[in-house]
Amino acid sequence: MSSTACSRLIACLILTLFIWLEQAGAQISGNSRAAELEQCVEPTALMRKSHMDFLKHQRDLTVHQGIRTRKHSLLECIACHAEKAANGEFIAINAQGQFCQGCHAAVAVSMDCFQCHAARPEPSAMLTNHISITTADLDSAR
Amino acid sequence: MNRVRRTFFTQAAAGVAILSLAPGFRLVELAVGKSDDEPVSPSVRWGMLVDTSKCAQGCTACVEACNEEHGLYGFGRAESDAQWIRKMELRDEQTGKTHSLPMLCQHCADPPCVDVCPTGASFVRDDGIVLVDKHICIGCRYCMLACPYKARSFIHEELNNQRPHAPRGKGTVESCTFCVHRVDKDLTPACVEACSAAGHGALIFGDLNDQRDPVAQKLRDLPSTQVRDDLKLNTAVRYYGI
Ligand code: HEC
Ligand code: HEC
Ligand code: HEC
Repeated sequence: MSSTACSRLIACLILTLFIWLEQAGAQISGNSRAAELEQCVEPTALMRKSHMDFLKHQRDLTVHQGIRTRKHSLLECIACHAEKAANGEFIAINAQGQFCQGCHAAVAVSMDCFQCHAARPEPSAMLTNHISITTADLDSAR
Repeated sequence: MNRVRRTFFTQAAAGVAILSLAPGFRLVELAVGKSDDEPVSPSVRWGMLVDTSKCAQGCTACVEACNEEHGLYGFGRAESDAQWIRKMELRDEQTGKTHSLPMLCQHCADPPCVDVCPTGASFVRDDGIVLVDKHICIGCRYCMLACPYKARSFIHEELNNQRPHAPRGKGTVESCTFCVHRVDKDLTPACVEACSAAGHGALIFGDLNDQRDPVAQKLRDLPSTQVRDDLKLNTAVRYYGI
């Protein structure tokens, strides 16, 4: 195969990946806070493409410098995207078909974050000092 | 009204006048915490004074509060279960005098755990808190061998039901973080809070570099000890009464 054909093929594959992602794009459904809101912490297209970069950048800022802004915090993704079951309890966000897992399964990403990080927010009674983000916070963070 | 109170009121009134004369200008910088988007400052060094004369034998309020705060639980194997703070009962064999004290990460300024870490996972944060970046930790446990205080634990098992603010998992080393998630929000560590709630007040936490901080004042006034001071690690946890 010539090298131009080869790079065309790769370009095509990359394009299909994006279309595929567009379809895989987890429908925000169910009983989560995100389901009631219009927008994520960044424009949706940017979130699809770059959420892992935001998270890894935030991770270093928080652990090494004690910067605890909420916008790209993993705690906040979970607090907003986790769904509640009919009995009012949160469903783990990495459970089958749930927001993070559903899309990752479709695009064959496996990630180890939830070996350590809690996959559901704490019931509000147990939240000591963690106040969840509101859309007003997001607007002021922009 | 007696004389003393009257003088006080006059001075207070004068104070108000001075303050309002220069709006936006403060004579004494107020001790306010950092905001969420500010990095921690190297001008602060968090530390703790353990007043062993107030630490009650048999009391484990600090240990329980720590376990609760970080969701630590065991597998019935005391030797290897995670433990960030533990109580020790000491007895002088000659005199029979007993001491009770908590042992935890001493947050050394020159920590041996950081010296031996091959990946840079163990580090001293700018404000003096010694931490493990578990995202970088490969679980080699050199730091556990290097620590003279046996302050670190290794997680051997898969964990469940972690607290959201305290991520923990198999294959990494962990130890007392001085409740970094609380300190960053201007709260004191859970053990300190529990000790005063239990009525002992044996643990005092604060900024060792701030001469107005109660912990710095106490350390200036009281004779205190560093455990294994022969190692010259410059610990941030100091003990009084041992
Ligand atoms: C071995 C355990 C472990 C694993 C695995 C892990 N983390 Fe963490 N993570 C931690 C600890 C411990 C902290 C520090 C928590 C604190 O100080 O509040 C942290 C903090 C963070 C923070 C900052 C706090 C927040 O919620 O915003 C982010 C972001 C983060 N991790 C992202 C990730 C991502 C993304 C992954 C997967 C690629 C991951 N972590 C995997 C242990 C882990
Ligand atoms: C305050 C609530 C909130 C927070 C916090 C939040 N999101 Fe979102 N997120 C949303 C909403 C609402 C949408 C849907 C936007 C839309 O329909 O265009 C969304 C969409 C997304 C999408 C695109 C999904 C798709 O359909 O393709 C991804 C990926 C995503 N979020 C990841 C994250 C991550 C990662 C974090 C943490 C850094 C996070 N979100 C934090 C509310 C939130
Ligand atoms: C719309 C689909 C989609 C959704 C929804 C989604 N992700 Fe992802 N995620 C991806 C894709 C695609 C990748 C891989 C990108 C790559 O390999 O460059 C990825 C990669 C990641 C990675 C990097 C994995 C690693 O080990 O390097 C992290 C961390 C991550 N996602 C976190 C999350 C979290 C947390 C959520 C839920 C709040 C989430 N993602 C929701 C599509 C999604």
